[in-house]
Amino acid sequence: MCATCGCETTDEIKLLVPGEQEAKTPDHVHNHHDHDHNQAQTHDNGHHNHTHTHDPHAHSHTVTLDLERDVLQKNNLLAERNRGFFEARNILALNLVSSPGSGKTTLLEKTIHNLAGDMDFYIIEGDQQTMNDANRIASAGAPVVQVNTGKGCHLDSDMIYRAIKKLNPKEEAVLFIENVGNLVCPSLFDLGESQRVVIMSVTEGEDKPLKYPTMFETSNVCIINKTDLLPYVQFDIEKAVSYLKQVNPVMEIIQVSATTEHGLEAWYAWLKQKKGIEHIG
Amino acid sequence: MHEFSIALSIVEIADEEAKKANAIVEKIELEIGELSGVELDALNFVWEAAVKNSVLAEAEKNIRIIKGEASCLDCGHQYPALQFFSQCPACSSMMTTLTRGRELKVKAITLLTRTKENLKLTTEN
Repeated sequence: MCATCGCETTDEIKLLVPGEQEAKTPDHVHNHHDHDHNQAQTHDNGHHNHTHTHDPHAHSHTVTLDLERDVLQKNNLLAERNRGFFEARNILALNLVSSPGSGKTTLLEKTIHNLAGDMDFYIIEGDQQTMNDANRIASAGAPVVQVNTGKGCHLDSDMIYRAIKKLNPKEEAVLFIENVGNLVCPSLFDLGESQRVVIMSVTEGEDKPLKYPTMFETSNVCIINKTDLLPYVQFDIEKAVSYLKQVNPVMEIIQVSATTEHGLEAWYAWLKQKKGIEHIG
Repeated sequence: MHEFSIALSIVEIADEEAKKANAIVEKIELEIGELSGVELDALNFVWEAAVKNSVLAEAEKNIRIIKGEASCLDCGHQYPALQFFSQCPACSSMMTTLTRGRELKVKAITLLTRTKENLKLTTEN
């Protein structure tokens, strides 16, 4: 069973670099979800609203444990481990989140191309299926690992942990993690990133921040992409900015068109500032 | 539908505790904040499929919903919050912090433990 969504499927999570043949036994990153159910099977009669009826010789008793355990503890612990690795190597790790089709991959292609001399880039691509994005990134000239989540709707820290091992980013690099296109699920899963970057495009509604507040609340910077299309679409950019400020007053906002490269200087300046290469005045 | 992975993480925690105590889970108590990012309806919807054949298959599930609450760092006012960042209704300051509402945890678990004699019987049988 797929442990991410529970479906009975042969789709497993795969980590591949462009050109690599799919292994017969692909990496499956959800082994920690496999369960041993012997516990339940040792019980004789299956119902639990009693203490003494299932076995005349039993001396059972109930006990309530105050666990106070965070449900996402496992993900968060592994995320912190990833974060420690990034900090030790002085790697700037960015988690890129958005709806599908907002232009994340185009933004990355341009960034890799235009800043090639300034920074070393490594990319983890998250998609349910295909190597398409990884192939695009490889053509742009950066090392990339594609994580295919199968039916899964988000990347988790365990997938990143495995992808980093495969990618082995060097010191002082910039690691882009392009999450699965989805404005809901990835917001809950810390990957160990230094900054979370949310991308929205002007072909979407300007009220996205109000509709999906969790993603915008947990992000550090918002890129509004495809601004070259503003004359042709019904997108009120002032409203969009005010909605963004409403859900997250401390968020930075950068308006760009990745296709025409208009406004990308501001994005590059932000990257350089975060990387500590230069400071914005 | 991240609620399914959330539900599976809950099963995992329960499984761990049940194994540790060699016990059966009678009840699991969850605390879920309204601003945690988990849809309660979605969680309830996937619950049955997630706990199937697990230690939680027969267990009672009790969810306590935690309402959002924020506190103003300027005037100290505490107020109900509907979002992560909010303005203080008393002094209009933006210097506020969410104090409750993001919880997503297993608060408690009730186990039916078995004594050594009982264990012995089970093994012999």
